[in-house]
Amino acid sequence: MSLLEVSGLTVRIGGRPVVDDVSFALDSGDRLGLIGASGSGKSLTALAVLGLLPDGASVSGSVRLDGTELLGLGDRELSRIRGKRIAMVFQEPQTALNPLMRIGRQISEPLRLHSGLSRRAAATEAVSLAAEVGLPDPDRLVHSYPHELSGGQRQRVGLAIGLACRPALLLADEPTTALDVTVQAGVLRLLDRLVSERNTALLFISHDLAVVHQVCRRVAVLGSGRVLEQGTVSDVVRAPQHESTRALIAAARATSWVPASREVLS
Amino acid sequence: MKVVRALLRSPSGLIGSILVGLLLSTALLSLFWTPYDPTLVDPRSSWVPAFSGDHWLGTDTAGKDILSQLIAGSRITVVVALLAAAIAVVLGVLLAVVTAVPPRWIAEPLAHVLDVLIAFPVLLLAMIFAAVFGGSTWTGVAAVGIGAGVIIARVARAEIVRVLGLDYVLAARASGAGIGRIVWRHVLPNIAPTLVVQASLTLAVAVLAEAALSYLGYGTPPPTPSWGRLLHEVQPYLMIRPLLVFWPGLMIALTVLGFNLLGDGLRDAIDPQLRRARVEVVTV
Repeated sequence: MSLLEVSGLTVRIGGRPVVDDVSFALDSGDRLGLIGASGSGKSLTALAVLGLLPDGASVSGSVRLDGTELLGLGDRELSRIRGKRIAMVFQEPQTALNPLMRIGRQISEPLRLHSGLSRRAAATEAVSLAAEVGLPDPDRLVHSYPHELSGGQRQRVGLAIGLACRPALLLADEPTTALDVTVQAGVLRLLDRLVSERNTALLFISHDLAVVHQVCRRVAVLGSGRVLEQGTVSDVVRAPQHESTRALIAAARATSWVPASREVLS
Repeated sequence: MKVVRALLRSPSGLIGSILVGLLLSTALLSLFWTPYDPTLVDPRSSWVPAFSGDHWLGTDTAGKDILSQLIAGSRITVVVALLAAAIAVVLGVLLAVVTAVPPRWIAEPLAHVLDVLIAFPVLLLAMIFAAVFGGSTWTGVAAVGIGAGVIIARVARAEIVRVLGLDYVLAARASGAGIGRIVWRHVLPNIAPTLVVQASLTLAVAVLAEAALSYLGYGTPPPTPSWGRLLHEVQPYLMIRPLLVFWPGLMIALTVLGFNLLGDGLRDAIDPQLRRARVEVVTV
């Protein structure tokens, strides 16, 4: 039994399928890159796993966590899973943090919600999480507000929030897209390290094959809501089956370093 | 603190703050001292003209000191304004949450009910209340609190809907926060600036409504001094002593002007910061 088993997941908005019969599975510690152009349904797939689809979206298929069906669970049951078993890191560190809440309070929010820690214990834990994600001067930084941090620091805060309760699965929705390239590399390395230390399963969503390649071996290519192909990054790069996959590879080659098929093989 | 500095830098904010500050100090002063007892009826000194001798602004037909009545009347004005605004904000936020947070099929019909309620003028509501429960200061307070509360609800609802769609609310839900926590910890603090502005404008409405109701005889009953009632009492002598009507009118006008300017100043002081925050978000 897999940790997460998604099968036949279909999301319709206004009758039109935006995620169409998507299936994949993740064991604990597994990593899967979900890649596709914008509008291909990557983010909606992640939101569907958490039961956080926008109003007016209808969902069918199956999402099982440790064999328990998540689709159709009430908001109350789901909120016990969100942040504790499955957590998410968002694309825009600018907007994913509450501008009026101190960093420490935001990092400790999932801890307060799920582990029943006292306010003081959660605050202490927030400082050590801030240190763990490589934030400078964590003792002082937990008392600051989001606008006082740089983009990269904010995304590190996002990672600390996501990993606070040591979830079994982390959904990372383009976590480095909003960052500039040098900062991006640091955040990716950090994500890579934290996830392997904790044996967290990772669903990494991106439109950039080069970025996915740095954290994931296995990748699923999404196009207009469907899984076009699924396999190791090297297989997909070597023998792309679809036109849109070729376009993604070409885009990755044009904008940044991407492994030539021979390099990947070695 | 940044907001306070921006408020005092704008002309409207500065003038509004001064006028409201004067009103508050007058009300405080009236607790300890007025030149004469404002309720003291003294037939021997009736119709003392203004700027003469012991009574600076003169006396009315019963010999009550006008200046003392004006100073003491500020008290009821302040109490009415603050209470009505407090009721309006609490009621407005409750209604806004109820019409913004639940699923659409519940929230939307409720929002339409809100639209209908907005159509009731505050003064009409106050007179209905006075007719049903008898006139007193508190019927006015309740009417303004409810009438302005509905308007605040409308404004706050739009803001809540906007904030509920933002990323950090989605992020909080992804962390497992329930809807109550999201509203209390994430949404309400972020719409607080809007509420502050709305509340300060409600203060002006409340002052005007109290004066109007007292003038019409539905408001604060004697002997509690009230500007509106003073206006009513001296009105018959408008042709003989026009100045007597002028003083309470001036007090009411300055107070309403003060609260309005303060509200405008607050909006201008808060808004650029909101706008800057929004631009920052958009340009990423």
